[in-house]
Amino acid sequence: MPCGRSDRWNVPPDLQLSRQVASKGVPGQKGSNSVFVLIMGLSTLGAGAYVYKTLQDSKERYASRLARISRQSQDSADAAPQDTAAPSPDPKVPSHVPFLLIGGGTAAFAAARSIRARDPGARVLIVSEDPALPYMRPPLSKELWFSDDPDVTETLRFKQWNGKERRYMALQPPSFYVPVEDLPSMENGGVAVLPGKKVVHMDVRGNTVKLNDGTQISYDKCLIATGGSPRNLPAIERAGKDVQKRLTLFRKIEDFRRLEKISREVKSITIIGGGFLGSELACALGRRARTRGLEVIQLFPENGNMGKVLPEYLSNWTTEKVRREGVNVLPNAVVKSVSVSGNRLVIKLKDGRKVETDHIVAAVGLEPNVELAKSAGLEVDSDFGGFRVNAELQARSNIWVAGDAACFYDIKLGRRRVEHHDHAVVSGRLAGENMTGAAKPYWHQSMFWSDLGPNVGYEAIGLVDSSLPTVGVFAKATAKDTPKSATEQSGTGIRSESETEAEASEVQISQSSSPMPQVPKQGEDYGKGVIFYLRDKVVVGIVLWNIFNRMPIARKIIKDGEEHEDLNEVAKLFNIHED
Amino acid sequence: MSYCRQEGKDRIIFATKEDHETPSSAELVADDPDDPYEEQGLILPNGDINWNCPCLGGMASGPCGEQFKSAFSCFHYSTEEIKGSDCVDQFRAMQECMQKYPDLYPQEDENDEKSSKDLEAASMEASAAKEEKASS
Repeated sequence: MPCGRSDRWNVPPDLQLSRQVASKGVPGQKGSNSVFVLIMGLSTLGAGAYVYKTLQDSKERYASRLARISRQSQDSADAAPQDTAAPSPDPKVPSHVPFLLIGGGTAAFAAARSIRARDPGARVLIVSEDPALPYMRPPLSKELWFSDDPDVTETLRFKQWNGKERRYMALQPPSFYVPVEDLPSMENGGVAVLPGKKVVHMDVRGNTVKLNDGTQISYDKCLIATGGSPRNLPAIERAGKDVQKRLTLFRKIEDFRRLEKISREVKSITIIGGGFLGSELACALGRRARTRGLEVIQLFPENGNMGKVLPEYLSNWTTEKVRREGVNVLPNAVVKSVSVSGNRLVIKLKDGRKVETDHIVAAVGLEPNVELAKSAGLEVDSDFGGFRVNAELQARSNIWVAGDAACFYDIKLGRRRVEHHDHAVVSGRLAGENMTGAAKPYWHQSMFWSDLGPNVGYEAIGLVDSSLPTVGVFAKATAKDTPKSATEQSGTGIRSESETEAEASEVQISQSSSPMPQVPKQGEDYGKGVIFYLRDKVVVGIVLWNIFNRMPIARKIIKDGEEHEDLNEVAKLFNIHED
Repeated sequence: MSYCRQEGKDRIIFATKEDHETPSSAELVADDPDDPYEEQGLILPNGDINWNCPCLGGMASGPCGEQFKSAFSCFHYSTEEIKGSDCVDQFRAMQECMQKYPDLYPQEDENDEKSSKDLEAASMEASAAKEEKASS
């Protein structure tokens, strides 16, 4: 007898029919409806729960940010009781300035320069917490470490890649500035810097600010360029004073001085963080490791150096390069706790590994300085942090924000906050233009660069986020393609200058001997090339890998915002095989 | 031969020199020279000088900014046969101002600058020694 389906079911045909039909749910309308309703209900609930959770997360982030800010301001208030105890307003400081710049870094300086260029005779006052005159930060984690000068921490002089010496870190020497007390009376105006003072309160309705020593200054236009403060790991914050003594949060000139000294005294330094700052410091210290027997360890949660910036294959390649600079790199490392044992630090990782070291450098991000938001009534962005400003960098009528602290609307790439030197220059300059009536949006894309030792360097522009799909086009590297040779050719000194202050002079293509043909090795696949970062088929970010002086074409491609079918064709525009 | 491979969401292309020597088919959008948002060069579309041009460095914004602007404007708009020959006064005023700030406006090239710094250091030492002698 053939095995029919009804036999398997062992059900008489008429009953089977109704059961099958019932399970399909057609005649039982109620049944299907309730299932449908149930599914819809569950998915709505699910969606609702998801939305609720996202809002909560964002609320939490916002709340924790505010909490951290108030904790920080508490700490700084505790640290400087004498300022709040007996306010003694400084008589030297003018009671009114037309242009007040809060913060004395690169963005404020660029704004001051821009204001002066456009408004003849403008009087600009920069109020800076830092005792130093405005200076540029990139050399603190790069060129200054490669100086052969034993007094480098005093002089802050350094040799650039091409051998030319730069005399000072400051963006301009002291003679550029006007004494604070002379600002109102100078015939042609000028820029004055008030160092070592902090703006603690801002009255937006009255257009005045109050300093930590009680001085009050009123303004016509104000720029907030307060930058940020290095973040710390909660595990280290909990750890106590003995650990804090052996910790560097790297940002300022005195951090460089202190770390440089420590690097000569201890046997082992561990850098926590695998981004730009962490990797650059690791390479810089790694170089010293070889000459002075210093152990340099770098640990971070990602799979490789620059894991959040470079696509995985390139991040892995970079990690090998960093190791070759003498650094013991430990990826996939999350810090659980830090303690002192004997005279050494013991870092316990979540996976059970232990790292013993003498000193820690934490390079785990920057917290924008938004303490003034409260008194000024300014909006703080909950996604990116920083003061929320529009496409023209304006927060409110007479208030602009530039640099690391500005969360702005980029017409091409969307709302973002950028923590790079060139952005500070570009946004500072734009803010200065808008403070003198230009009403221009953020349009000229800023760039950034990083060097990992003398043999690996890259420049980048736009949204360079490793979570985006990428297309990388590479050629083979020759001996000529290193950051060293880039500045040798352009002869303009440090690359930071050659990019931000476009030189009118032509780039001389070197006439020297043809490059040595290199035998392609397994580890050298990604010698030089260009990597495109895509969002919906549009290029939103570009990394120029070991090729230099091509930023204008990269900027153009991002500005166009076109969909390109074949990115190899776009890559041809970069001449990656040439010098 | 150029070849490519895919690693997850990331595509990697290895391009040969020959491949990249063929003209690119990528299309770029033509630039609008009058785009008000664009960073301008030294001369603006309307013929004015862009004092905020990065190429000028700090020349138009420093202590001698006014003198520089006056001299350079005069030169720019000069219609003399020898362009700028009617601007001698402005250039002299600018020179005089710049000489007051040798730190900011290096007068000569790198070599001379170095030797003038050495001179400066030497003269400072000499005056310090003089002071010591006087006080003792």
